[in-house]
Amino acid sequence: MTSNTEQTTNSTNGHPLLDVKGLKKYFPIKKGFFKKTVGHVRAVDDVNFFIREGETLGLVGESGCGKTTTSRCILRAVDPTGGRVLYRAKSGATVDIAQLPASEMRRLRPEMQMIFQDPFASLNPRMNLFDIVSEPMFVNGIKSRSERADRVAELLQLVGLRPEYMQRFPHAFSGGQRQRIVIARALALKPRLVVADEPVSALDVSVQAQVLNLLLDLQEQLKLTYLFVAHDLSVVKHISTRVAVMYVGKIAEIAPTDALFNTPKHPYTAALMAAVPVADPRVRSKMIPLQGDVPSPANPPSGCYFHPRCPFAEAVCKQETPQLQEIEPNHFVACHRAKELELDGISAN
Amino acid sequence: MNNQQPLLSVRNLKTYFSLDEGQVKAVDGVSFDVNPGQVVGIVGESGCGKSVTIKSILRIIQKPGKIVDGQILFRHNGDSMLDLTQLNAQSEQMRQIRGAEIALIPQEPMAAFSPVHTIGNQIEEAILLHQPVSKQQARKIAIERLREVGVPSPERRIDSYSWELSGGLRQRAMIAMALSCNPKLLIADEPTTAIDVTTQAQVLNLLRDLQAQHDAAIIFITHDLGVIAQIADFVVVMYLGRVMETGPVDDIFHNPQHPYTKALLKSIPTVTSESGSRLPTIEGAIPHPFNRPAGCPFYPRCIEMMPGTCNTSTPSLQPVTDTQSASCFLYHKQTDDE
Ligand SMILES: Nc1ncnc2c1ncn2[C@@H]1O[C@H](COP(=O)(O)OP(=O)(O)OP(=O)(O)O)[C@@H](O)[C@H]1O
Ligand SMILES: Nc1ncnc2c1ncn2[C@@H]1O[C@H](COP(=O)(O)OP(=O)(O)O)[C@@H](O)[C@H]1O
Ligand code: SF4
Ligand code: SF4
Ligand SMILES: [Mg+2]
Ligand SMILES: [Mg+2]
Repeated sequence: MTSNTEQTTNSTNGHPLLDVKGLKKYFPIKKGFFKKTVGHVRAVDDVNFFIREGETLGLVGESGCGKTTTSRCILRAVDPTGGRVLYRAKSGATVDIAQLPASEMRRLRPEMQMIFQDPFASLNPRMNLFDIVSEPMFVNGIKSRSERADRVAELLQLVGLRPEYMQRFPHAFSGGQRQRIVIARALALKPRLVVADEPVSALDVSVQAQVLNLLLDLQEQLKLTYLFVAHDLSVVKHISTRVAVMYVGKIAEIAPTDALFNTPKHPYTAALMAAVPVADPRVRSKMIPLQGDVPSPANPPSGCYFHPRCPFAEAVCKQETPQLQEIEPNHFVACHRAKELELDGISAN
Repeated sequence: MNNQQPLLSVRNLKTYFSLDEGQVKAVDGVSFDVNPGQVVGIVGESGCGKSVTIKSILRIIQKPGKIVDGQILFRHNGDSMLDLTQLNAQSEQMRQIRGAEIALIPQEPMAAFSPVHTIGNQIEEAILLHQPVSKQQARKIAIERLREVGVPSPERRIDSYSWELSGGLRQRAMIAMALSCNPKLLIADEPTTAIDVTTQAQVLNLLRDLQAQHDAAIIFITHDLGVIAQIADFVVVMYLGRVMETGPVDDIFHNPQHPYTKALLKSIPTVTSESGSRLPTIEGAIPHPFNRPAGCPFYPRCIEMMPGTCNTSTPSLQPVTDTQSASCFLYHKQTDDE
């Protein structure tokens, strides 16, 4: 047993830590001299999912499908256009982050942290390690320098960096080490929810595994809950308890990791899996490409957004938007034909 | 076609950059062959010298970079081997070879096309530069090439600007431009890194088909082992400016010899690995190019490192099986030190 999936479901069969309902984020498209709004980019368009305490929800999808915008809405880095982001705070109260006044949001901030894709852009080159990692503590009222120094040393050790490095500047570190610094800073205020947006995408292959292992270890030690955003299915498979697949601003499918990869129920999920280049020259012929391009979220197709590329589309798919439904326990799919289709998963290789 | 003789033979290539801080040995003794019609995959992590190697072949290395040693033998016009390092980079002959005989699909897709000219204009210009055809014929060829790479309604798309195209179409247009003069060698520098998996699968399938139709050789550069497994016939594994191992793709993946290749293959997450499990890692990081270790470039991270040997001299690339070569003292004693 000991699959990640079962452990966390058993230990935390309580309420979700985060419950996202009908989340929407539309960006206006402005044209002309008077900057008239001529339309909207529906970056996030009625997104629903929850994350249980202590688990990792992986969010996958192709570039521009709305992963980053979803994460930014959850942390209120942008104001959602609609929907609710229900968060169970440390105090026990459930609050709607989408509606929270700025002052209360500030109080909640330490509980939620973000790790970004680019470890080079997200560190100030003029600050040394001590300043970078201790800044959030200082901002949140831990003014004693020695207290902060102790905590920084502890955090650096936690992420596998030597405390002696405290006086060094970011340029002296490699990409993988910088991502460790970013993680140390994110952990400075003992968060409960960590949103990681493509945290290993910019790293070298030989150091990706180090950072993934680190994230798994930290989760175990600190009981962290992760929303892990990535476009790389292998990475997501590796780290997630459950996985949500996004397509043009909507959730296509959510399921426990093994169920999603072994028995995908949405044609888009199956197509994504078929497109993954398998690191084995003996399984070459299996790579079946999906035709066409991802539609623009400014001008999505009618009905099911996937219908122009879907090999199983029927008349109803052009007219009606499929809703996310639980077709097997814990397996949610937004497809009119989800129950009847037999799709190949990864194990079919 | 004569498959005994390589189309391209890179011999002990060294390309260095002289900076104020010191010398960067970006490529430091690289050797490999490309046979006609073969797809050679060069795989390695960021900064290991993949792009500098192919820029050296094309003779487009900018100052302060310089080829300081080695040979780049290219079968020019199908017969004699010409050493490209001996040509003037700006000479008429090198210009003809670049584009007409060796074509590049560059790493930055946006940089490949100028935003102020239509893609058609740019492809036509490339054709007119290398082929004795009229403007009208050039346009016809350009439309044909765009059709061949799967651009829908090419008669219309030919008048688009590159920024009007989706990522996948821009990639196809770039491939069409590279193919416009029927090169014998196509060099693709991470052509699928900036695009999504579904588009990547389309582009890889396209390159495979085109390779079969045109019988061109391809050098395909990537850091993605999955992509290498899917496209390459023969693999060159690079680390810190040197070749660690070469061999047929099946042997590299199923019977790797060099400790770096072995460790790299084990450390990558795959869609079949168990979720939540810990991956075997390669300790440490790639050294900064100014702090390159003496001896075997991989020794600070190698679990089989032999003190007194690996940290003092540099192993040379030698045959270690019937099909594979490796730079490693576990297999031989030959060094590359003077
Ligand atoms: N113009 C330059 N000036 C100085 N150093 C350079 C220059 N171009 C490349 N280098 C150095 O040469 C080495 C090899 O670079 P190269 O671009 O070939 O790497 P690469 O293998 O293509 O990496 P990536 O996967 O990131 O594209 C690196 O250490 C790089 O910093
Ligand atoms: N500030 C913005 N203004 C307008 N459009 C935006 C903005 N941010 C994102 N978008 C658009 O929203 C869509 C989703 O983007 P994003 O969430 O960044 O996708 P992902 O992270 O999945 O690649 C894209 O079409 C993107 O161009
Ligand atoms: S709803 Fe129809 S078009 Fe959409 S994924 Fe399902 S079968 Fe395909
Ligand atoms: S030469 Fe030594 S350090 Fe280098 S790869 Fe071989 S065993 Fe490892
Ligand atoms: Mg993003
Ligand atoms: Mg490069």
